[in-house]
Amino acid sequence: MSNSPGTVASLTAADLRPRGGWRFVKSRLMSVLMGAAFLIVVIPIVFVLGSVIQKGAGIVVRDFPAWFTTEIPARSRAVGPGMKGAIIGTLIITAAASAVAIPLGILAAIYLNEYGRTSPFARMVRFLANVMTGVPSIVMGLFIYIVFTISFGLAGIGGALALAALMLPIVIRSCEEMLRLVPGHLREASYALGTTKSRTVLTVVLPSAAPGIVSGCLLAIARAAGETAPLLFTIGAAKIANWSLFEGENTTLSRQIFVNAFEVLPGPQERAWGAALTLMAMTFLFTVVARVVTARQRKKQR
Amino acid sequence: MTLTTPSDQSDATSRLAAGLRGSGGTADRVFRWMVYAGGSLVLIVLALITATMVTRSTDALQHMGWRFFTETRWSPPNQVYGIAAFIWGTVYTSVIALVIAVPVSIGIALFITQIAPSWLRTVMVYVIDLVAVVPSVVIGLWGFLVFSRHLDGLYGWLSRTFDGWPILGSLFGANPQGRAFLTAGVVLALMITPIVVSISREVIDTTPQSEKEAALALGATRWEMIRGSVIPHSKGGLVGAVMLGLGRAMGETIAVALTIGSALGVVTLNMLTSGNSMPAMITSEWGEADDLKKSALIAMAMTLFVLTIIVNVIATAVVQRSQAKSRGAA
Repeated sequence: MSNSPGTVASLTAADLRPRGGWRFVKSRLMSVLMGAAFLIVVIPIVFVLGSVIQKGAGIVVRDFPAWFTTEIPARSRAVGPGMKGAIIGTLIITAAASAVAIPLGILAAIYLNEYGRTSPFARMVRFLANVMTGVPSIVMGLFIYIVFTISFGLAGIGGALALAALMLPIVIRSCEEMLRLVPGHLREASYALGTTKSRTVLTVVLPSAAPGIVSGCLLAIARAAGETAPLLFTIGAAKIANWSLFEGENTTLSRQIFVNAFEVLPGPQERAWGAALTLMAMTFLFTVVARVVTARQRKKQR
Repeated sequence: MTLTTPSDQSDATSRLAAGLRGSGGTADRVFRWMVYAGGSLVLIVLALITATMVTRSTDALQHMGWRFFTETRWSPPNQVYGIAAFIWGTVYTSVIALVIAVPVSIGIALFITQIAPSWLRTVMVYVIDLVAVVPSVVIGLWGFLVFSRHLDGLYGWLSRTFDGWPILGSLFGANPQGRAFLTAGVVLALMITPIVVSISREVIDTTPQSEKEAALALGATRWEMIRGSVIPHSKGGLVGAVMLGLGRAMGETIAVALTIGSALGVVTLNMLTSGNSMPAMITSEWGEADDLKKSALIAMAMTLFVLTIIVNVIATAVVQRSQAKSRGAA
């Protein structure tokens, strides 16, 4: 951001200094070490992605339409495709979680940036939203189990609520950042026209922050789609596709990866890798769309 | 981060405008209430989590008393539920993860902010973000089916080589397993690196340009500039970033469940042997649990919740304070 002039200054300064000597060798060495740190992270992640693509593509590509259209085999040791139920479950549960968390998160962000600002209550909410991002997903799952699943039974909606609770603080934080970037003069122009505060927020502030909010929400959705732990207590363990959020047990891709990983046989393991590839493709799609939206927004602002 | 000035101005104008407008219409008031309700939601959810966890865990806590936290045996048939071994597993794997991830993450953050040319910076940020969106169950699957299977040889060698050495001998002890504390720690390190990098980057970016240029003008090399002005300036925030990483590592469930080896009652410094952590234990035991056992598992979740909340509260306070400080300086 503000580094570019500094880099120029530091380069010219470097050119003026005499080269050589232990101090300069040491500086070089540390730079190389810091660069190497990046490779320490990149290499394993390349292995992870490589394994997922190599082992997952087998089943997903070989049985192309069948992978998406046939049910998960009833006998877990069976060989062959089928993830229909998990794909549908992932889509509807993540969609329901987003439908709950995104509007509420945006409302909370509006409160923080447009209404509460620096009031003690707003500060506390901001602080707690930060703390809430750190609540382990498994705790959220058990929380929804206690307040929801015990009374209403295992169903997709329980999982959606748990995911929504995880998404909420992420949405609040990213939306507040985006609202903060909206220049104050837009609000002032709106007020000068005699508009009420709510109309200003809804018709001026939100639309101009919209691209940023969209990309923040897409990233939150991508995170939620890959969650497993909170679903273990809330959605049950269905194998047959269930389009209903409210009736009957459900399943997701993440759940299927976890279950099938523990099976020693090649059939379920292959399905685990296939589910991993499908899930990764979905999360990457969301991430890339989020990137494109943000990039376009930047270009427009310039 | 530092963009408060324009909105502060507009705060004043909006208050002025509100004064001129009077109290506003019904729609305005309804909207205001909705927004306040949205803001209070975070508070309500956190309060509810605390309340429900406490009420649901009393059975187990009354049954076991303080021994719940000190007992290493977990034996449902005898109705003995002690979580000391799992607390140890959680703490130990998280510490291993931090030891690996902290130097790596701060190194990456420094490289991105201070050394990399701008095109490389973009690429690196992109790659780190990519690591962040890989679902934990996918990393766990890889750790379980691929990574841990290649470790037997290495762990065996470590165990044999350091046998009898003073400190390393107990860290790399006997009975090496592919799925072990160390395997889970390495997988956790990979998972917490993106968050530590991104927060460290924000913190490091707040170092005033003038301080860095002053160091360079005095003839400092780039590394001396980093040590002399960047690190002292961002030390507090970096501690916060590391603690947020610790909070993440302690709460991570699925990847650990797949790589730690699920052994009961293990409290040892030997990182090459299997153990279990609190979240991993909850997922594996939940299936066939009666009421008392469920209560014990919820009490374990509450312990985890309390630990992570403490870590996160301190971390958030530290990061926010360092940001506020640098904002004041700028």
